[in-house]
Amino acid sequence: MKFDAQMECLLGGVLALLIVASITGWILKGALRGEAAQKLVANLNARINAWWIMAAVFGAALAAGRTASVVMFGFVSFLALREFITITPTRRHDHRALFWAFFVVLPYQYWLVAANWYGMFAICIPVYAYLLIPIRNAIAGDTERFLERTSKIQWGLMVCVYFVSYAPALLDLQIPSYENQNAKLLFFLVFVVQISDVLQYVWGKCCGRRPIAPHVSPNKTVEGFAGGGLSAVAAGAALWWITPFNPWQAAAMSAVIVLMGFFGGLVMSAIKRDRGVKDYGEMIPGHGGIMDRIDSLCFAAPVFFHLTRYFFTR
Amino acid sequence: MLTGARAHWLGCAPEGKLRVYFANHTSNLDFVVLWAAMPRHIRAVTRPVAAHDYWTASPLRLALAQRVFKAVLIERKRVTRANNPMEPMLAALRAGQSLIIFPEGGRMDGDGIGEFRGGLYHLAKEGLELEFIPAYIENLNRVMPKGEVLPIPILCSVTFGPPLKIGADEGKPAFLARARGALLELSKR
Repeated sequence: MKFDAQMECLLGGVLALLIVASITGWILKGALRGEAAQKLVANLNARINAWWIMAAVFGAALAAGRTASVVMFGFVSFLALREFITITPTRRHDHRALFWAFFVVLPYQYWLVAANWYGMFAICIPVYAYLLIPIRNAIAGDTERFLERTSKIQWGLMVCVYFVSYAPALLDLQIPSYENQNAKLLFFLVFVVQISDVLQYVWGKCCGRRPIAPHVSPNKTVEGFAGGGLSAVAAGAALWWITPFNPWQAAAMSAVIVLMGFFGGLVMSAIKRDRGVKDYGEMIPGHGGIMDRIDSLCFAAPVFFHLTRYFFTR
Repeated sequence: MLTGARAHWLGCAPEGKLRVYFANHTSNLDFVVLWAAMPRHIRAVTRPVAAHDYWTASPLRLALAQRVFKAVLIERKRVTRANNPMEPMLAALRAGQSLIIFPEGGRMDGDGIGEFRGGLYHLAKEGLELEFIPAYIENLNRVMPKGEVLPIPILCSVTFGPPLKIGADEGKPAFLARARGALLELSKR
């Protein structure tokens, strides 16, 4: 992938956003008083600093080309699956099945993306891995909570590997008069997903009152979702010029991404509450684990991929 | 890479005092992870105590134990006066080296903590200025359960608790129960 002028423009825009965010964080740190406010600002600044690193990694992977992007998302999947399995109690006899999941299924799925073998990519985990995991567990011979243990591993593979792999798979879509520009499509997805999270967080902190699902995720509020979601859709629509869509289509796609991202966050929070943990890990300061950062991407990527593939490819 | 080990120093700081760290034993990787959880200068003066029979069973294991881990090897099966397991441990302590011991005396199967063997008590009775630090290792048994050779990636953590000292007239069962209780306490948080 060669970077065109538009891509440089986008990366410049992200850089500008990060600089504005850092300056805002720095001003807030000096302006706000009180322990609770200082704690919030400290968390905010930790998040902003982590954004610099995440943006740099993503930008570097895009710049280094298709293979590098696939490898980067594969690595993200690995870290996410590791967090997912860590908080999920497994038994000794799940060991071999887990070994297959980490070291055979995951690399093979990303190899399929790299090899651009769509037919196999789309069914590898939902069909073959889905069958393989219970077979391996049955051979191991431990029948206690068999269905539960097997589904946990299947879920981990679907959410952390299969869904995430749809993001780099965007690079292989053949869209008429959009050849060799797919990096911008991937950028569009990741940008809308993440800016939606950020804006919902900002709106929620500023004027969030009524929680949507207090038992699942107390920080998600009607005001945050509406304000943040609508501004993210506006941001996505404003980026129509980097996509194969017209402005209205870009707005509709953004709306789908925002909605699926929101549901992704909700479902992954429900899993955390079920397991009694607050975050999936402590890898990214201020955010939690990598799974806390990509939960919305997991749910948005496959839907965005299939809508684009259905309506816009040959 | 595989375990992403995290260290939580709860009841004590990583200091260079003469210490005996005692931990639950679930995997052969245990003291590697414990070492990884310690800052470099502590690691340099801390040696694991390991079973003589296991680590001398092949030349490779022996080389690992002696050169890499610098383990204090003790006899756990055929104890006689000539190979009293206390001697090598005390020699290391007198030379100013802290120890890591696994008082359950072997790798455990599940998540529970087994009964402690008496070594902890005998060390405590020697009258050295010793701090006993409980160190709970979480999840490592899932990375590589007993009997498996291939590890899987799971996040682990090591939690160090507050130091214990033996009471003036504390008996063996009481001290061992208190030590085991401290480890159990860490496992519940």
